[in-house]
Amino acid sequence: MADASAWFGAEEWQAIALSLKVAFWASLLSLPFGVFIAYALARWRFPGRQLLNGLVHLPLILPPVVTGYLLLLTFGARAPLGAFLKDFGIVFSFRWTGAALAAAIMGFPLMVRAIRLSIEAVDRKLEEAGSSLGASPLRVFFEVTLPLSWPGILAGAVLAFAKALGEFGATITFVSNIPGETRTLPSAIYAFLQVPGQEGAALRLVAVSVTLAMAALLASELLARRVARKGAAR
Amino acid sequence: MSMQIALRHGFADFTLDVTFDVPAGITVLFGRSGSGKSTVIRAVAGLLHPERARIELEGRVLCDTAAGICLPPHRRRIGTIFQDARLFPHLTVKKNLDFGRRFARRSVSEREVAQMVEMLGIGALLDRRPDGLSGGEQQRVAIGRALLSGAELILADEPLAALDEARKAEILPYFERLRDELSVPMLYVSHSPAEVARLATTVIALERGKVIAQGPATEILSDPDVLPVGAAGAGALILATLKMHHPDGVSELSAGGAPLFLPQVEAVPGAELRLRIAAHEVILSPRRPEGLSALNILSGTIAELREEPGTGVLVVLDTPAGRILSQITRRSATALALREGMPCHAVIKTLSIARENYGGGNPRGV
Repeated sequence: MADASAWFGAEEWQAIALSLKVAFWASLLSLPFGVFIAYALARWRFPGRQLLNGLVHLPLILPPVVTGYLLLLTFGARAPLGAFLKDFGIVFSFRWTGAALAAAIMGFPLMVRAIRLSIEAVDRKLEEAGSSLGASPLRVFFEVTLPLSWPGILAGAVLAFAKALGEFGATITFVSNIPGETRTLPSAIYAFLQVPGQEGAALRLVAVSVTLAMAALLASELLARRVARKGAAR
Repeated sequence: MSMQIALRHGFADFTLDVTFDVPAGITVLFGRSGSGKSTVIRAVAGLLHPERARIELEGRVLCDTAAGICLPPHRRRIGTIFQDARLFPHLTVKKNLDFGRRFARRSVSEREVAQMVEMLGIGALLDRRPDGLSGGEQQRVAIGRALLSGAELILADEPLAALDEARKAEILPYFERLRDELSVPMLYVSHSPAEVARLATTVIALERGKVIAQGPATEILSDPDVLPVGAAGAGALILATLKMHHPDGVSELSAGGAPLFLPQVEAVPGAELRLRIAAHEVILSPRRPEGLSALNILSGTIAELREEPGTGVLVVLDTPAGRILSQITRRSATALALREGMPCHAVIKTLSIARENYGGGNPRGV
């Protein structure tokens, strides 16, 4: 700790880069699942549909610390599923991958809600027309349903990304607060606030958080507008 | 026979139970709303699972509930033209037309596409998106899209019902051309007597889930059981050949040897025309009338007198031109002492043959 200010700068940058990495992978990898679950909830009638709906929304209402603890019980190093996945080289506990998993789970309800709404808005008659022209259900999904629900899918992904940047409770419970590995922006701010005299660093990261959140919202707005314009112009 | 359909499906208030064939040409499934037409269409398309059915297309079983077979819509090779065009809004007109081709079993060539585009007159629209097209243009693209999907049967589910009169008049000739030029059979649902008269090769008349009449259009449409009687609906369909255009603007036609006169018909001599003659526009006379302003008189014998609800009587007259229907009051029937087997003359007011009821059997001549 010879040069304190340089050490803080590196720590801040580390937290920012880690947060972006965690949020990127969390939203990207959960997107296919989000689209699938949203489609199932929007289009299929099956027993247990309400249960699935409830499960998806649970992280939204549950205390984040409970979600984090449940993740620890499921994917922890000693948990059956965690041990099983470890045999395949997939480790979540106390790694940045665990932070991404926690962030994905916490952002999942927001993502599914946005995508489900846009899939429900797709006219089923167009899907019928697609199958009458010889397209299999999978083709109809990829060539009719998906392109028509594109703005909602984009909005869902951006919401999940923004939520992942800010996830704190479940992450710190599940994968702790390890600098360089699981110390994302909120965890770093929390850590700085625990030590007297580091409010400056905390405040700088707070500014970064606010900026990133605003940028994500603006990006989603701009993309949605571009999609709308593309639709109207031709 | 292209398609055989046997179908049974129960509803709360009636049971649909029909058996019929769809031969070449346009087969019109005709009936009021609630008669079961839409159910038949949805079952044939595979969008509805009927309780009991056997549907065969060109020797291929599409649905046989007894054997537990029911193909999903995309494996039936049936193209559907919906009432609302249902074009894909995210694709251009060209891409809409190409959508089904990629899944077709027989390859649909670019030349076929070009011919269809030419025939439907949509060449200028190819790069545009559906939301910028008029209702009539959208429906023309939808017709092309269904026909270019390599289908072995085309379903048309009231394709004109959502359009206004001008748009209907714009689309009808295309269906006539399809009937006359294409080998793919079409099952066309309609509740409009004018559309049936103009398009049908074969008519299947449905009422409360049962087939009440089926056969060639000229036979079925002169059957008073089929067309809604009482309203302006009752009428006969006759086929006529255009003989010549007279210099005074009157066209002479021949129907079974009997001459008929119409104001200037836009067709070349030799063209086959379909004429619908509404029952309330036909006057009857036991003696040959003379000194009338009406030009068209058909002579024949009374085949049937049918009592109508209210004060009317529907007279079915056999003439060389075909069956003619006349709607008169019971008072007139008594005054003229009409009875079955009696010779009688039907006076048709020239102008009463409405313009939109002309149907070209030879569209090239139009």
